[in-house]
Amino acid sequence: MENELLATCLLAGRIMIEGGSEMYRVDDTMTRIARNAGGERAMVFTTPTGLFIALDSQPLVQLAPVRKRGIDMEKVAGVNQLSRSFQAGELTLAQLRARLVKLDTNTPYFPVWLQVLAAALCSTTLMVIFAQKYDWFDMPLAAAVGALGFYAYLWLSHVTTMRFISELVGAFVVGITAWVGVRLGLGQSLDNVIIGAVMPLVPGVAITNSIRDMLAGHLLSGMARGMEAILSACAIGVGIALIFRFF
Amino acid sequence: MPYGLQLLVQVSFSYLSTVAFAIIINVPRRALNLAGWSGAIGWLVYWLLMGLHSGRMLANLLGALAIGVCGMLFARRKKMPVIIFNIPGLVPLVPGATAYQAVRALVLGDMEVALQLTLRVAMVAGAIAVGFMLAQLLAETTYRMQATKAVKK
Repeated sequence: MENELLATCLLAGRIMIEGGSEMYRVDDTMTRIARNAGGERAMVFTTPTGLFIALDSQPLVQLAPVRKRGIDMEKVAGVNQLSRSFQAGELTLAQLRARLVKLDTNTPYFPVWLQVLAAALCSTTLMVIFAQKYDWFDMPLAAAVGALGFYAYLWLSHVTTMRFISELVGAFVVGITAWVGVRLGLGQSLDNVIIGAVMPLVPGVAITNSIRDMLAGHLLSGMARGMEAILSACAIGVGIALIFRFF
Repeated sequence: MPYGLQLLVQVSFSYLSTVAFAIIINVPRRALNLAGWSGAIGWLVYWLLMGLHSGRMLANLLGALAIGVCGMLFARRKKMPVIIFNIPGLVPLVPGATAYQAVRALVLGDMEVALQLTLRVAMVAGAIAVGFMLAQLLAETTYRMQATKAVKK
Protein backbone atom coordinates (compact mmCIF):
# COMPACT_ATOMS: atom_id res chain seq x y z
CA MET A 1 0.00 0.00 0.00
CA GLU A 2 1.42 3.32 -0.96
CA ASN A 3 0.34 6.63 0.38
CA GLU A 4 0.47 9.11 -2.46
CA LEU A 5 1.07 12.12 -0.27
CA LEU A 6 4.00 10.56 1.54
CA ALA A 7 5.49 9.28 -1.70
CA THR A 8 5.28 12.74 -3.26
CA CYS A 9 6.93 14.35 -0.25
CA LEU A 10 9.72 11.80 -0.30
CA LEU A 11 10.25 12.26 -4.02
CA ALA A 12 10.51 16.04 -3.58
CA GLY A 13 12.96 15.60 -0.71
CA ARG A 14 15.10 13.12 -2.58
CA ILE A 15 15.36 15.35 -5.65
CA MET A 16 16.39 18.29 -3.49
CA ILE A 17 19.11 16.36 -1.67
CA GLU A 18 20.41 14.98 -4.95
CA GLY A 19 20.54 18.52 -6.27
CA GLY A 20 22.62 19.68 -3.29
CA SER A 21 20.07 21.58 -1.21
CA GLU A 22 20.55 22.45 2.44
CA MET A 23 18.82 19.99 4.71
CA TYR A 24 16.55 22.44 6.53
CA ARG A 25 15.10 23.51 3.18
CA VAL A 26 14.33 19.85 2.41
CA ASP A 27 12.59 19.55 5.78
CA ASP A 28 10.66 22.72 5.21
CA THR A 29 9.52 21.82 1.68
CA MET A 30 8.37 18.34 2.68
CA THR A 31 6.38 19.61 5.66
CA ARG A 32 4.89 22.35 3.53
CA ILE A 33 3.72 19.96 0.80
CA ALA A 34 2.10 17.72 3.42
CA ARG A 35 0.39 20.66 5.09
CA ASN A 36 -0.88 22.11 1.84
CA ALA A 37 -2.18 18.73 0.72
CA GLY A 38 -4.62 18.31 3.55
CA GLY A 39 -3.66 20.32 6.56
CA GLU A 40 -2.01 17.34 8.15
CA ARG A 41 1.04 17.77 10.31
CA ALA A 42 3.92 15.80 8.88
CA MET A 43 6.87 14.62 10.88
CA VAL A 44 10.02 14.59 8.86
CA PHE A 45 13.46 13.33 9.67
CA THR A 46 16.10 14.04 7.07
CA THR A 47 19.72 13.05 6.76
CA PRO A 48 21.96 13.37 3.71
CA THR A 49 21.65 9.63 3.13
CA GLY A 50 17.98 8.96 3.83
CA LEU A 51 14.57 10.48 4.51
CA PHE A 52 11.74 9.48 6.83
CA ILE A 53 8.27 10.94 6.87
CA ALA A 54 5.17 10.19 8.91
CA LEU A 55 1.76 11.80 9.26
CA ASP A 56 0.44 12.73 12.64
CA SER A 57 -2.97 11.14 12.12
CA GLN A 58 -1.93 7.88 10.50
CA PRO A 59 0.16 4.93 11.60
CA LEU A 60 2.31 5.16 8.50
CA VAL A 61 5.99 5.83 8.08
CA GLN A 62 7.77 5.80 4.76
CA LEU A 63 11.43 6.13 4.09
CA ALA A 64 13.55 6.71 1.04
CA PRO A 65 17.30 6.16 0.78
CA VAL A 66 19.40 8.76 -1.02
CA ARG A 67 22.11 6.95 -2.89
CA LYS A 68 23.80 9.67 -4.88
CA ARG A 69 24.43 13.26 -3.94
CA GLY A 70 25.22 15.47 -6.86
CA ILE A 71 25.13 19.18 -7.50
CA ASP A 72 22.35 20.61 -9.60
CA MET A 73 20.89 23.92 -8.47
CA GLU A 74 18.31 23.83 -11.26
CA LYS A 75 16.62 20.90 -9.51
CA VAL A 76 16.58 22.65 -6.14
CA ALA A 77 15.04 25.73 -7.70
CA GLY A 78 12.61 23.53 -9.66
CA VAL A 79 11.24 21.73 -6.59
CA ASN A 80 11.00 25.07 -4.81
CA GLN A 81 8.97 26.48 -7.69
CA LEU A 82 6.64 23.46 -7.83
CA SER A 83 6.09 23.60 -4.09
CA ARG A 84 5.13 27.26 -4.41
CA SER A 85 2.64 26.53 -7.20
CA PHE A 86 1.18 23.70 -5.14
CA GLN A 87 0.76 26.03 -2.20
CA ALA A 88 -0.98 28.55 -4.46
CA GLY A 89 -3.40 25.83 -5.54
CA GLU A 90 -2.27 25.80 -9.16
CA LEU A 91 -1.43 22.11 -9.06
CA THR A 92 -3.19 19.04 -7.67
CA LEU A 93 -1.24 16.42 -5.76
CA ALA A 94 -1.21 14.06 -8.76
CA GLN A 95 -0.02 16.84 -11.05
CA LEU A 96 2.66 17.82 -8.57
CA ARG A 97 3.90 14.26 -8.46
CA ALA A 98 3.95 13.96 -12.25
CA ARG A 99 5.89 17.22 -12.53
CA LEU A 100 8.38 16.06 -9.89
CA VAL A 101 8.99 12.81 -11.74
CA LYS A 102 9.60 14.80 -14.89
CA LEU A 103 11.95 17.14 -13.04
CA ASP A 104 13.84 14.16 -11.65
CA THR A 105 14.43 12.49 -14.99
CA ASN A 106 14.97 15.35 -17.39
CA THR A 107 16.35 18.57 -16.00
CA PRO A 108 18.45 20.47 -18.50
CA TYR A 109 22.10 20.71 -17.56
CA PHE A 110 24.54 23.07 -19.20
CA PRO A 111 26.36 21.19 -22.01
CA VAL A 112 29.79 19.80 -21.17
CA TRP A 113 31.66 22.17 -23.47
CA LEU A 114 30.07 25.14 -21.75
CA GLN A 115 30.96 23.76 -18.32
CA VAL A 116 34.57 23.23 -19.36
CA LEU A 117 34.65 26.73 -20.83
CA ALA A 118 33.21 28.07 -17.58
CA ALA A 119 35.89 26.20 -15.65
CA ALA A 120 38.54 27.86 -17.82
CA LEU A 121 37.03 31.30 -17.21
CA CYS A 122 36.67 30.62 -13.49
CA SER A 123 40.30 29.49 -13.20
CA THR A 124 41.84 32.38 -15.05
CA THR A 125 39.87 35.15 -13.36
CA LEU A 126 40.24 33.65 -9.89
CA MET A 127 43.98 33.37 -10.41
CA VAL A 128 44.21 37.15 -10.72
CA ILE A 129 41.86 37.64 -7.77
CA PHE A 130 43.66 35.27 -5.41
CA ALA A 131 47.21 36.13 -6.36
CA GLN A 132 46.39 39.85 -5.96
CA LYS A 133 48.91 40.50 -8.73
CA TYR A 134 48.01 41.55 -12.22
CA ASP A 135 49.68 38.54 -13.73
CA TRP A 136 48.37 38.76 -17.31
CA PHE A 137 51.04 36.49 -18.78
CA ASP A 138 49.87 33.40 -16.87
CA MET A 139 46.19 33.80 -17.74
CA PRO A 140 46.03 31.61 -20.89
CA LEU A 141 47.91 28.80 -19.17
CA ALA A 142 45.66 28.97 -16.11
CA ALA A 143 42.57 28.77 -18.36
CA ALA A 144 43.91 25.75 -20.25
CA VAL A 145 45.02 23.96 -17.09
CA GLY A 146 41.74 24.67 -15.31
CA ALA A 147 39.72 23.36 -18.25
CA LEU A 148 41.79 20.17 -18.50
CA GLY A 149 41.65 19.50 -14.77
CA PHE A 150 37.89 20.06 -14.66
CA TYR A 151 37.34 17.85 -17.70
CA ALA A 152 39.32 15.04 -16.06
CA TYR A 153 37.19 15.49 -12.94
CA LEU A 154 33.92 15.39 -14.91
CA TRP A 155 34.94 12.37 -16.92
CA LEU A 156 36.04 10.41 -13.88
CA SER A 157 32.90 11.25 -11.91
CA HIS A 158 30.89 9.64 -14.71
CA VAL A 159 33.11 6.58 -14.88
CA THR A 160 33.45 5.71 -11.21
CA THR A 161 31.12 5.81 -8.22
CA MET A 162 34.03 6.05 -5.81
CA ARG A 163 33.96 9.36 -3.97
CA PHE A 164 36.87 11.80 -3.82
CA ILE A 165 38.91 9.98 -6.47
CA SER A 166 37.71 12.32 -9.19
CA GLU A 167 38.78 15.38 -7.17
CA LEU A 168 42.16 13.84 -6.52
CA VAL A 169 42.79 12.98 -10.16
CA GLY A 170 41.46 16.37 -11.29
CA ALA A 171 43.88 18.14 -8.97
CA PHE A 172 46.70 15.89 -10.10
CA VAL A 173 45.98 16.73 -13.75
CA VAL A 174 45.97 20.40 -12.83
CA GLY A 175 49.32 20.06 -11.11
CA ILE A 176 51.04 18.11 -13.83
CA THR A 177 49.79 20.21 -16.76
CA ALA A 178 50.66 23.39 -14.90
CA TRP A 179 54.16 22.07 -14.25
CA VAL A 180 54.62 21.08 -17.91
CA GLY A 181 53.25 24.43 -19.05
CA VAL A 182 55.61 26.39 -16.85
CA ARG A 183 58.52 24.21 -17.98
CA LEU A 184 57.64 24.93 -21.61
CA GLY A 185 57.75 28.62 -20.84
CA LEU A 186 54.01 29.22 -21.26
CA GLY A 187 53.68 30.51 -17.72
CA GLN A 188 55.85 32.08 -15.05
CA SER A 189 54.40 31.33 -11.65
CA LEU A 190 53.54 27.68 -11.03
CA ASP A 191 51.90 28.61 -7.73
CA ASN A 192 49.53 31.15 -9.23
CA VAL A 193 48.50 28.88 -12.10
CA ILE A 194 47.72 25.99 -9.74
CA ILE A 195 45.80 28.16 -7.27
CA GLY A 196 43.53 29.44 -10.03
CA ALA A 197 43.13 26.21 -11.92
CA VAL A 198 42.16 24.14 -8.89
CA MET A 199 39.25 26.42 -7.99
CA PRO A 200 36.54 24.78 -10.15
CA LEU A 201 37.09 21.61 -8.11
CA VAL A 202 36.59 23.32 -4.74
CA PRO A 203 33.60 21.88 -2.81
CA GLY A 204 31.73 25.19 -2.61
CA VAL A 205 28.32 23.59 -2.22
CA ALA A 206 29.40 21.37 0.65
CA ILE A 207 31.07 24.26 2.50
CA THR A 208 28.13 26.63 2.19
CA ASN A 209 25.51 24.01 3.02
CA SER A 210 27.48 22.81 6.00
CA ILE A 211 27.53 26.31 7.46
CA ARG A 212 23.86 26.94 6.74
CA ASP A 213 22.73 23.59 8.11
CA MET A 214 24.73 24.01 11.30
CA LEU A 215 23.18 27.44 11.81
CA ALA A 216 19.71 26.00 11.26
CA GLY A 217 20.33 23.40 13.97
CA HIS A 218 20.70 20.45 11.63
CA LEU A 219 23.85 19.26 13.34
CA LEU A 220 23.86 15.80 11.80
CA SER A 221 23.62 17.07 8.22
CA GLY A 222 26.02 19.92 8.94
CA MET A 223 28.64 17.51 10.23
CA ALA A 224 28.17 15.18 7.26
CA ARG A 225 28.48 17.99 4.74
CA GLY A 226 31.40 19.49 6.59
CA MET A 227 33.18 16.15 6.53
CA GLU A 228 32.47 15.91 2.82
CA ALA A 229 34.02 19.35 2.29
CA ILE A 230 37.09 18.48 4.35
CA LEU A 231 37.62 15.18 2.55
CA SER A 232 37.25 16.83 -0.86
CA ALA A 233 39.74 19.50 0.14
CA CYS A 234 42.15 16.81 1.36
CA ALA A 235 41.78 14.92 -1.92
CA ILE A 236 42.60 18.08 -3.85
CA GLY A 237 45.53 18.76 -1.54
CA VAL A 238 46.91 15.27 -2.05
CA GLY A 239 46.54 15.56 -5.82
CA ILE A 240 48.55 18.78 -5.79
CA ALA A 241 51.02 17.51 -3.22
CA LEU A 242 52.00 14.61 -5.47
CA ILE A 243 53.49 17.13 -7.91
CA PHE A 244 55.87 18.56 -5.33
CA ARG A 245 56.95 15.13 -4.21
CA PHE A 246 57.69 13.83 -7.67
CA PHE A 247 59.33 16.79 -9.36
CA MET B 1 48.20 50.62 -12.39
CA PRO B 2 45.71 53.43 -11.59
CA TYR B 3 43.28 52.74 -8.77
CA GLY B 4 40.16 53.04 -10.94
CA LEU B 5 41.43 50.44 -13.37
CA GLN B 6 42.31 48.11 -10.50
CA LEU B 7 38.81 48.49 -9.14
CA LEU B 8 37.33 47.72 -12.55
CA VAL B 9 39.48 44.60 -12.93
CA GLN B 10 38.59 43.37 -9.43
CA VAL B 11 34.86 43.84 -9.93
CA SER B 12 34.68 42.42 -13.44
CA PHE B 13 36.91 39.44 -12.66
CA SER B 14 35.05 38.51 -9.50
CA TYR B 15 31.75 38.83 -11.39
CA LEU B 16 33.00 36.61 -14.22
CA SER B 17 34.47 33.97 -11.94
CA THR B 18 31.24 33.79 -9.93
CA VAL B 19 29.10 33.39 -13.04
CA ALA B 20 31.49 30.74 -14.36
CA PHE B 21 31.27 28.79 -11.10
CA ALA B 22 27.49 29.15 -11.18
CA ILE B 23 27.47 27.51 -14.62
CA ILE B 24 29.53 24.62 -13.26
CA ILE B 25 26.95 23.88 -10.56
CA ASN B 26 24.01 24.37 -12.97
CA VAL B 27 22.40 27.45 -11.50
CA PRO B 28 19.22 28.27 -13.48
CA ARG B 29 19.85 30.70 -16.32
CA ARG B 30 17.66 33.49 -14.98
CA ALA B 31 19.65 33.61 -11.74
CA LEU B 32 23.14 33.72 -13.29
CA ASN B 33 23.42 37.49 -13.50
CA LEU B 34 22.37 38.19 -9.92
CA ALA B 35 24.53 35.35 -8.61
CA GLY B 36 27.47 37.03 -10.33
CA TRP B 37 26.64 40.32 -8.66
CA SER B 38 26.49 38.79 -5.20
CA GLY B 39 30.01 37.45 -5.76
CA ALA B 40 31.27 40.78 -7.10
CA ILE B 41 29.77 42.76 -4.21
CA GLY B 42 31.13 40.38 -1.59
CA TRP B 43 34.59 40.50 -3.10
CA LEU B 44 34.45 44.27 -3.48
CA VAL B 45 33.71 44.66 0.24
CA TYR B 46 36.61 42.35 1.07
CA TRP B 47 39.01 44.02 -1.35
CA LEU B 48 38.23 47.57 -0.24
CA LEU B 49 38.60 46.62 3.43
CA MET B 50 41.89 44.83 2.78
CA GLY B 51 43.03 47.98 0.97
CA LEU B 52 42.23 49.95 4.13
CA HIS B 53 44.32 47.46 6.18
CA SER B 54 41.34 46.46 8.26
CA GLY B 55 42.64 42.97 8.97
CA ARG B 56 41.85 39.73 7.23
CA MET B 57 39.19 38.47 9.64
CA LEU B 58 37.02 41.57 9.55
CA ALA B 59 37.30 41.79 5.76
CA ASN B 60 36.21 38.17 5.36
CA LEU B 61 33.41 38.56 7.87
CA LEU B 62 31.95 41.65 6.24
CA GLY B 63 32.44 40.17 2.77
CA ALA B 64 30.44 37.11 3.77
CA LEU B 65 27.83 39.34 5.41
CA ALA B 66 27.48 41.29 2.15
CA ILE B 67 27.05 38.05 0.20
CA GLY B 68 24.48 36.82 2.69
CA VAL B 69 22.48 40.04 2.52
CA CYS B 70 22.64 40.09 -1.29
CA GLY B 71 21.58 36.46 -1.41
CA MET B 72 18.63 37.19 0.84
CA LEU B 73 17.46 40.20 -1.21
CA PHE B 74 17.92 38.43 -4.54
CA ALA B 75 16.21 35.30 -3.27
CA ARG B 76 13.14 37.28 -2.21
CA ARG B 77 13.06 39.17 -5.48
CA LYS B 78 13.43 36.10 -7.71
CA LYS B 79 11.55 33.75 -5.38
CA MET B 80 14.36 31.23 -5.50
CA PRO B 81 16.35 29.43 -2.77
CA VAL B 82 19.05 31.53 -1.11
CA ILE B 83 21.85 29.03 -1.77
CA ILE B 84 21.59 29.65 -5.51
CA PHE B 85 23.13 33.05 -4.88
CA ASN B 86 25.25 32.20 -1.84
CA ILE B 87 27.25 29.26 -3.15
CA PRO B 88 28.72 30.94 -6.24
CA GLY B 89 29.04 34.22 -4.35
CA LEU B 90 31.29 32.64 -1.78
CA VAL B 91 33.79 31.38 -4.36
CA PRO B 92 36.04 34.46 -4.52
CA LEU B 93 36.25 34.57 -0.71
CA VAL B 94 37.30 30.94 -0.24
CA PRO B 95 40.83 30.99 1.24
CA GLY B 96 42.17 29.02 -1.73
CA ALA B 97 45.59 30.62 -1.94
CA THR B 98 46.29 30.13 1.76
CA ALA B 99 45.06 26.53 1.67
CA TYR B 100 47.34 25.86 -1.27
CA GLN B 101 50.36 27.35 0.48
CA ALA B 102 49.53 25.29 3.57
CA VAL B 103 49.48 22.06 1.56
CA ARG B 104 52.73 22.97 -0.14
CA ALA B 105 54.46 23.76 3.12
CA LEU B 106 53.17 20.49 4.59
CA VAL B 107 54.46 18.40 1.71
CA LEU B 108 57.81 20.15 1.62
CA GLY B 109 58.26 19.35 5.31
CA ASP B 110 57.93 22.86 6.70
CA MET B 111 55.65 21.93 9.59
CA GLU B 112 55.68 25.23 11.42
CA VAL B 113 54.57 27.26 8.40
CA ALA B 114 52.05 24.57 7.45
CA LEU B 115 50.43 24.69 10.89
CA GLN B 116 50.33 28.46 10.87
CA LEU B 117 48.70 28.58 7.43
CA THR B 118 46.21 25.82 8.27
CA LEU B 119 45.17 27.76 11.33
CA ARG B 120 44.70 30.84 9.19
CA VAL B 121 42.46 28.88 6.79
CA ALA B 122 40.37 27.68 9.74
CA MET B 123 40.07 31.21 11.14
CA VAL B 124 39.01 32.62 7.77
CA ALA B 125 36.43 29.85 7.38
CA GLY B 126 35.14 30.73 10.85
CA ALA B 127 34.93 34.42 9.97
CA ILE B 128 32.94 33.57 6.83
CA ALA B 129 30.58 31.40 8.88
CA VAL B 130 30.01 34.24 11.35
CA GLY B 131 29.33 36.61 8.46
CA PHE B 132 26.66 34.26 7.15
CA MET B 133 25.24 33.94 10.63
CA LEU B 134 24.84 37.70 10.95
CA ALA B 135 23.18 37.83 7.53
CA GLN B 136 20.72 35.16 8.60
CA LEU B 137 20.03 36.99 11.83
CA LEU B 138 19.32 40.13 9.85
CA ALA B 139 17.06 38.22 7.46
CA GLU B 140 15.04 36.73 10.28
CA THR B 141 14.63 39.94 12.25
CA THR B 142 13.54 41.97 9.21
CA TYR B 143 11.20 39.17 8.20
CA ARG B 144 9.63 39.14 11.62
CA MET B 145 9.30 42.92 11.62
CA GLN B 146 7.57 42.83 8.25
CA ALA B 147 5.27 40.07 9.48
CA THR B 148 4.24 41.97 12.62
CA LYS B 149 3.69 45.12 10.54
CA ALA B 150 1.41 43.15 8.22
CA VAL B 151 -0.54 41.79 11.18
CA LYS B 152 -1.06 45.29 12.66
CA LYS B 153 -2.51 46.53 9.39
